[in-house]
Amino acid sequence: MAKKKTIRTIPQQRTPMREQDPRERVTNFTEVACGYRVEEALIEAERCLMCPEQPCVAGCPVGIDIPGFIQKLTEKDYRGAYDVMTDTNLLPAICGRVCPQETQCEGVCTVGDTLEPVAIGRLERWVGDKAISEGWVNIPYIEPSSFRVGIVGSGPAGMACAADMAKAGCDVTVFEAFHQPGGVLRYGIPDFRLPNEVIDAEIDNLRKLGVKFECNTLVGRLFTIEQMINEMGYDAVFVGTGAGYPSMLGIPGDSLNGVLSANELLTRCNLMRAKEFPNYDTPLPHGHRVAVIGAGNTAMDAMRVSLRLGAEKVYCIYRRSRTECPARAEEVHHAEEEGVEFHWLTNPIAVIDDGKGGVRGMRCVRMELGEPDDSGRRRPVPVAGSEHDFECDLVVFAIGTNANPIIGQTSKLKLNKRGYIAVDENLATSVAGVFAGGDIVTGAATVIEAMGAGRKAARNMKSWLGIRDIDFPYAAEGRDSTNKLFGIDLRERNFARVRVAATAKP
Amino acid sequence: MSPNQFSRFEIIKREDFSDVTYLLECYHPLMAKAARAGQFVIVMLNEHGERIPLTIADYDREKGTITLVIQAVGKTTREMQQACQAGTSLYAITGPMGIPSHFDKVKKVACVGGGLGVAPIFPHARAFKESGAYVIGIVGFRNKNLIFWEDKFRSFCDEFIICTDDGSAGIKGLITEGIKQAIEKHPDIDEFVAIGPPVMMKGCAEATRPHNIKTIVSLNPLMVDGTGMCGGCRVKLGDQVKFACVDGPDFDGHKVDFDDLMIRLKRFAEEEKVAMERWSEGCRMRDQVQV
Ligand SMILES: Cc1cc2nc3c(=O)[nH]c(=O)nc-3n(C[C@H](O)[C@H](O)[C@H](O)COP(=O)(O)OP(=O)(O)OC[C@H]3O[C@@H](n4cnc5c(N)ncnc54)[C@H](O)[C@@H]3O)c2cc1C
Ligand SMILES: Cc1cc2nc3c(=O)[nH]c(=O)nc-3n(C[C@H](O)[C@H](O)[C@H](O)COP(=O)(O)OP(=O)(O)OC[C@H]3O[C@@H](n4cnc5c(N)ncnc54)[C@H](O)[C@@H]3O)c2cc1C
Ligand code: SF4
Ligand code: FES
Repeated sequence: MAKKKTIRTIPQQRTPMREQDPRERVTNFTEVACGYRVEEALIEAERCLMCPEQPCVAGCPVGIDIPGFIQKLTEKDYRGAYDVMTDTNLLPAICGRVCPQETQCEGVCTVGDTLEPVAIGRLERWVGDKAISEGWVNIPYIEPSSFRVGIVGSGPAGMACAADMAKAGCDVTVFEAFHQPGGVLRYGIPDFRLPNEVIDAEIDNLRKLGVKFECNTLVGRLFTIEQMINEMGYDAVFVGTGAGYPSMLGIPGDSLNGVLSANELLTRCNLMRAKEFPNYDTPLPHGHRVAVIGAGNTAMDAMRVSLRLGAEKVYCIYRRSRTECPARAEEVHHAEEEGVEFHWLTNPIAVIDDGKGGVRGMRCVRMELGEPDDSGRRRPVPVAGSEHDFECDLVVFAIGTNANPIIGQTSKLKLNKRGYIAVDENLATSVAGVFAGGDIVTGAATVIEAMGAGRKAARNMKSWLGIRDIDFPYAAEGRDSTNKLFGIDLRERNFARVRVAATAKP
Repeated sequence: MSPNQFSRFEIIKREDFSDVTYLLECYHPLMAKAARAGQFVIVMLNEHGERIPLTIADYDREKGTITLVIQAVGKTTREMQQACQAGTSLYAITGPMGIPSHFDKVKKVACVGGGLGVAPIFPHARAFKESGAYVIGIVGFRNKNLIFWEDKFRSFCDEFIICTDDGSAGIKGLITEGIKQAIEKHPDIDEFVAIGPPVMMKGCAEATRPHNIKTIVSLNPLMVDGTGMCGGCRVKLGDQVKFACVDGPDFDGHKVDFDDLMIRLKRFAEEEKVAMERWSEGCRMRDQVQV
């Protein structure tokens, strides 16, 4: 190995990523961040100190071997970097773009103590994009088992679970209610942040693993989870239906025609391609002055979509301060660059109607931060006498979601008090053989957490089915053990399946 | 990639009831098995199409088909009228959506259907009949020529009342006229179920309110996903907000804010007009080229 790097010998500046100019990009839906060139990726990779204690790995919800893949990058072994990456993360091109790295791996990176942290997310994206452009895919030798696994929902949680179960030899089918797979990645996150081609490429990889996607299938109503187990011959089921059901504002005027959820705006725009109306049939509400309520990723997307649809002014209305804003830092930064006007510490109290069923403006009140609440963030309280009105003709709310009721309505799965699916620490639900994970268990969270949940559920599903693989029962044996254990050749990254009931005990 | 292992969404039969109303029978055995009265599907004609909700007007579990009866009112429903023939396929059919209707043990029930609600009320009439109720069917058409499914209704209704705007068949007048007569003759009606345009359902709810007769209406707000994810289909019931696609589409007619529903149905009036004009223009050009 080369001589040890220190904080003083590495490139001091974080390598910037080229972006479309803000003035230019608000007129199009092309991706904002252009990604690193190979030279840039190599320079940035040099900034990693290869810390022995690897805080970044612990900071990653799925524990990607970050120094491992960066090491391969510095050696220009790009395929090797991809292999290390896909050991833990199946969707690097997606996660590199949408993960909140600043609160995960990059937030704890050692370099970040002194300089700007290593741009782990950008490197991850570069590796993912490289794999897509080269057509790489890691398909291990898969020996079919006799198990059939049904996955409900094709979001990141469902995809991750599907991939792992397919690698374990199961016959995996993903059922999706929409006419296209991908979940929020498809209908929620806009093209300028995550192009459809990237989602398609990652889904194609799953298909290559043998995963089948069945769209236009509303599980619960077309057939129930119980029917999947009892009648349709699925040995195990994973439920990853996401958090739908947007919360309403609950203020006067919130049912006016110019008021809609960010989910509706984004679904119309992204999935239904209403931005290309009338070439596509689905219409979109257009506003000249758009007020978006909330400051999470969903709100940022709604604001930036509104700008691209031609709004003259877009306001962000958020009752807490910028410090508490839950969106990815990069998204807030991009929204600011693009001209979104932020009104921190401002809470809507009414939508004002124009007398014709539409919106004329908003009435808001200023807030100040009081004592910390349950979430540990300081609770905003209204400032007396600070009511004020401003003009707008479209109000988009992105203030969170509640649990989607369909699975609860149609199955015996136990729900928790808030209506989300109740699971134990193995992500097993109250029905034997049925596991659940992602937003439908935790409430709205992140792509990587949903993926992590899908993988965790897959691990437990395998042990429930009696499938053993190197990740799980033998994890303690270590990666480079070369001996064959019970017929498993660890070097092959192969899986042995032992169907407990069918196999005679030794 | 659209078709799935359960169906290729083929249309196996098409029937025209008038120049605006047509029937499509689609092959989807699993859907036929799962469908219950009161549920709907979301249909896409092609990849560029809109997702439009349509009630399951009938299903045949043996043949494995579901039946949709559609009124051509705008771009999508007219385009479907041209494109959907027996042997063609839709791009997508998803469902069955919504909570199936309840069929409480009632002795006497009136099933009311007007306009695009005539076909969707049929499975209710049948289900009530099968549960042993005395069923009064009340349907409204503009005129005699638009009447369809009369035999079908008569075979499951103990009484069947037709209203036409011009009096060319049955009672002359709006459907509320038929409702009034039914209540006069049968003061012991336990329940009304009404499906149709919002004005009609509102009229029905107003007609039954003074008599305190339970009235269920099936609401038809604009929808996108039909899975509870967008909130576009929200409706007001008193001070509550509900999503018609997952909490409905059946609601207590005496609580529904119909004025709100009617305003919300006009959300995209401008865009609907643009789409319609553009499409008609396209059709005219195509016709000229062919001549
Ligand atoms: C606009 C927006 C922007 C976001 N931006 C970010 C970001 O930048 N970074 C980040 O980390 N996270 C972001 N998130 C959050 C992240 O996308 C979610 O946490 C994640 O997608 C959850 O994954 P999931 O698999 O649990 O569910 P989802 O992605 O919601 O997928 C669930 C799927 O199941 C389908 N489904 C539901 N019910 C049924 C049924 N009955 N039968 C069949 N299919 C069904 C749905 O149609 C959907 O496709 C964002 C979310 C939104 C809405
Ligand atoms: C649960 C439900 C069940 C339905 N069942 C049926 C059915 O069985 N048969 C049928 O013909 N139609 C039904 N509809 C209405 C049907 O979905 C609309 O007519 C269709 O979406 C119109 O599309 P379009 O592009 O042809 O017309 P558009 O150009 O979109 O609209 C033309 C006109 O139709 C009105 N319209 C649009 N959408 C709706 C709607 N959702 N409900 C009522 N009026 C609407 C518009 O206000 C406008 O005046 C149902 C709607 C819902 C929500
Ligand atoms: S913490 Fe930062 S410097 Fe250390 S190994 Fe991880 S990425 Fe490299
Ligand atoms: S149609 Fe989107 S929530 Fe009902």
